[in-house]
Amino acid sequence: MAEAELRNFTINFGPQHPAAHGVLRLVLELDGEIVERVDPHIGLLHRGTEKLLEYKTYLQGLPYFDRLDYCSPMSMEHAWVLAIEKLVGVDVPRRGQLIRTLMGELTRIMSHLLNVTTFAMDVGALTPPLWGFEEREKLMVFYERTSGARMHAAYFRPGGVHQDLPNELIDDIYDWCDPFLQTVQDLEDLLTGNRIFKQRNADIGVVSLEDAWKWGFSGVMVRGSGAAWDLRRAQPYELYSEMEFDIPVGKHGDCYDRYLVRMEEMIQSARIMKQCCDKLRSADGGGPVSSWNNKVVPPKRGEMKRSMEALIHHFKLYTEGFKVPEGEVYAAIEAPKGEFGVYLVSDGTNRPYRAKIRAPGFAHLAAMDFLNRGHMLADVSAILGSLDIVFGEVDR
Amino acid sequence: MDESLKELGEHIAAALPNAVRGWSLPVGQLTLDVEGAEILNVLQFLHDDPRCQFWCLIDICGVDYPQRDNRFDVVYHLLSPKQNARIRLKVQTDEVTPVPSAVDLHPSANWFEREAYDLYGILFSGHPDLRRILTDYGFEGHPLRKDFPLTGFVEVRYDDIQKRVVYEPVRLPQEFRNFDFLSPWEGTDYTLPGDEKAKN
Repeated sequence: MAEAELRNFTINFGPQHPAAHGVLRLVLELDGEIVERVDPHIGLLHRGTEKLLEYKTYLQGLPYFDRLDYCSPMSMEHAWVLAIEKLVGVDVPRRGQLIRTLMGELTRIMSHLLNVTTFAMDVGALTPPLWGFEEREKLMVFYERTSGARMHAAYFRPGGVHQDLPNELIDDIYDWCDPFLQTVQDLEDLLTGNRIFKQRNADIGVVSLEDAWKWGFSGVMVRGSGAAWDLRRAQPYELYSEMEFDIPVGKHGDCYDRYLVRMEEMIQSARIMKQCCDKLRSADGGGPVSSWNNKVVPPKRGEMKRSMEALIHHFKLYTEGFKVPEGEVYAAIEAPKGEFGVYLVSDGTNRPYRAKIRAPGFAHLAAMDFLNRGHMLADVSAILGSLDIVFGEVDR
Repeated sequence: MDESLKELGEHIAAALPNAVRGWSLPVGQLTLDVEGAEILNVLQFLHDDPRCQFWCLIDICGVDYPQRDNRFDVVYHLLSPKQNARIRLKVQTDEVTPVPSAVDLHPSANWFEREAYDLYGILFSGHPDLRRILTDYGFEGHPLRKDFPLTGFVEVRYDDIQKRVVYEPVRLPQEFRNFDFLSPWEGTDYTLPGDEKAKN
């Protein structure tokens, strides 16, 4: 028999994952069906956010953060305002912090719902997205009632939040939490015990804890590998130190454990949301939602109509903006996808000198080659799904 | 928190006197100035020392100060999950002096260094694959440098006749408006148009 010439096969991955419809080019080198090498080409959604931020005032830069991880907009804003607040030294009143905590957890559920259900779709299940997106739609309505926008909220502001929540909205959010647990249960019934889902995910994409730290993983990616590491607990910001919640931890570090961790986190988030609603409705949860510091927080429109000083502040803050003292700061939050950080360098003017956005997905996607080597072609979509990648934040 | 970070800073500075040029605590965050050639020793020490255990390299990024001789800062952020502490390392370099790559110790450095190279043109020696990462295929220049214009040099569009994407020099119907809001009453050093004669 003539000797056949063997060579590896190089293909472009997709369109399988929702993220692969044009924004991720994944070049796979295959030996038969075994993945030999993965080379993700990113940057197809690069919009130069960091460059743009250098030319905007701090407040004008805020809406760009909604557009980073567009599945969890308010979490992204959160890191930005925390960085500014640390440099300026402005305090947020208790009600503002409660609202931020509440919206942060609401956002976490939004993001996890999207990930878990589309992840299920990646490995072949079509019903979970249909069920999950119904709840996600309700959350977007809450977003709209809070900020006026379904996604790009621009709601967190340096010094607090833009507007107060009406009482009916707090009641509605509270009433949403318990029925939502039933939806989580339904999704669990569909997936957790499902034979196909288990076969596609258990022991796939295993990461040891040591490797997880080495590769700069954070969030669910380290919790799935067995570390009870959560910035909400380890380095608390806002009012997380007051909240009662558990940190779910995986044992094997595979795709299946990461799915389980996300499911449990949704339940815990709903628990935190209920506590926030309770505290918002109690006596000490009242008061202003943003700082009184008029040199940072613009006055309300009603005030502006009556007070000359408010008019001046309003004009100055919306044109020139506020000046941030010279210095540098790194602020990180536990975003749904992992540690989202902002490294801010200020030169004392009204615009950032340098704003570096540390996106969790960037570090996770960097490990694609390491995670996929030696796996089958079909596992690539499962691993990609379990990483929880959103290209808005990876490409920036 | 501040107290323990202060002790940590003293501890590191005492252990690596040649590598650490100085340390400070701006906004309660430990920052070390490190010699560029020594960065790998520092990272190794921070990784191994029982009081540090900075296993997780969170981020590497560049900052551009065109007026300086060594125009770039390379900023490393590290996290110690064991000690629950963060640290920031700063290295100065210019366009031609490479910084030793941290890929061997921290694999996550791979993409972060590619990004710093792409956006600033900072070189890393010993990096296995120093390609562009975020910008377009065939892009020229380093967009986050301060002397790179915000609007860039080329724009792309799909040409219906040639049936492909074409690159053209950027044309602005209106000049990019970059307002200078710094108040003339507070320490500006430029002369307003027409004021040149008044000074003499």
